[in-house]
Amino acid sequence: METTDLARTPGTFGYGDLHRLMSLMTGDEKHDAAATSTLDVLWVLYDRVLNVDPCDLGDDERDRFLLSKGHGPMAYYAVLTAKGFIDAALLPGFGNFDSPLGYHPDRVLLPGVEISSGSLGHGLPLAAGVALGLRGRRLSRPRVFTLVGDAELDEGSGHEAIAFAGAVGLENLVVIVIDNMSSTYGWPGGIAARFDRDRWSARTVDGHDHAAIEAALTAPHPGRPHAVIAVVEPKY
Amino acid sequence: METMRERFIATASELLDTDERLAVVLAVISADQFAPAAARHPDRVINVGIREQLLISVTGGLALAGLRPIAHTFPSFLIERPFEQIKLDLGHQDVGAVLVSSGGSYDMAAMGRTHQAPGDVALLDTLDGWTIHVPGHPDEAEALLRDAVSADGRVYLRLSTETNPAPFPTSRSGFEVVRTGNAGTVLAVGPMLQAVLDGTAGLDLTVLYASTIRPFDARSLRTAAAAARTTEVILVEPYLAGTSSREAADALADLPHRLLSLGVGRAELRHYGTPADHAAAHGLDPASLRQRITGFLREAPLA
Repeated sequence: METTDLARTPGTFGYGDLHRLMSLMTGDEKHDAAATSTLDVLWVLYDRVLNVDPCDLGDDERDRFLLSKGHGPMAYYAVLTAKGFIDAALLPGFGNFDSPLGYHPDRVLLPGVEISSGSLGHGLPLAAGVALGLRGRRLSRPRVFTLVGDAELDEGSGHEAIAFAGAVGLENLVVIVIDNMSSTYGWPGGIAARFDRDRWSARTVDGHDHAAIEAALTAPHPGRPHAVIAVVEPKY
Repeated sequence: METMRERFIATASELLDTDERLAVVLAVISADQFAPAAARHPDRVINVGIREQLLISVTGGLALAGLRPIAHTFPSFLIERPFEQIKLDLGHQDVGAVLVSSGGSYDMAAMGRTHQAPGDVALLDTLDGWTIHVPGHPDEAEALLRDAVSADGRVYLRLSTETNPAPFPTSRSGFEVVRTGNAGTVLAVGPMLQAVLDGTAGLDLTVLYASTIRPFDARSLRTAAAAARTTEVILVEPYLAGTSSREAADALADLPHRLLSLGVGRAELRHYGTPADHAAAHGLDPASLRQRITGFLREAPLA
């Protein structure tokens, strides 16, 4: 049986290593599906889209990725490990008292993590604030990406952010919605239509198709914030 | 006299011109008055509309992006309605922000309970890391605002139409000694100072004044209380009675002492009228303060 080579040089892990890295983190099995549903989007973000560098965490020009759907963070931690933000030796300690790897991520304990999350409905509004802040500082290159769940969009706080961002044309903001059809009452007309009505650009893709995800995330959307609805297996 | 709120708007507008890190976030309230500043700085004066959760989350995001944000509205909508956002989008992210409320405990007396927030300071007290200023005059409000903007942490600036007639020179070192006496110690917070001075006129009491209530200047309180003949202490706060009881008790823990905490009552006051009506209803007018303080003290506090 192969052992996980925790001493592997960062940057040499590939997509094929992610499940092995995730398997090192046990204890939060309730959220295994939550973790797996985000894996492909997270990989495409960190492998092909985000301008981020583990050796320059404070770079003002970096893209910001805010994980709003903070439960089941094993895929996130695995991707961060693969890209050199987290030391693989920390993974077996996931959830331990002194571990920096909690069941929800903490930006104070993990450099490279932009926000601490866990309570749904906070990441998107925070991301709107970060996008505004970058604009206020005249930093026009960095983009702000945030990942939410479809059920998370039940939170009213998310809709405050969606309505506002669309109204002010916050074009440096991109939201990815992982749609596993777990919202209690769903959305008549679908999720993309809601964003479109609120003056966003919106696209729906297969949440496991890397090429489609990358194309959707990087599609131009002048003058509007952008939503990518990534459809995955239904939760129920 | 110009109100604290008007002074805040004027000062913040001026600071936006000179401090490119500063941003102001609003939820419609005071947005009209900030219009000239917004015209000059459209990317740093942000009106999110009637969305108070977003008001605080955007504030957190602006801080994460490297700005110094001020968020402003009435205290009920600033502190109480979006309290989880304060806890998580500011505290849990460990970012700094300046929250400025205007409205106090009963400034908007005829508006009723929904526009009154006597519990705001007590609510923030459940969180760590907040500096809380309660100025007693617009000059103090301006100085404390300038301090807050130039610092980095989490600051709550509680403005009110209730003011003292004159500013007290603001010291950054804590509670100020207004006068000294032997029969006990009164700590007056913010706009309560004048009523306390009027109510204790001629009584042999030490009066301390606080325009910054957190961090609580335990050392000054203990020093003053211990210097009197009797360690009897009265707190007079313009928000919920008892808000600083724990801090005061901790400050006096090694001394036998008695503590009376005065402030706004907890029961909802379903009456309208004016702030003066409410102050009287809560026993915070000078005559009521005199009666309650002398009634509490074991010995008559005669000079």
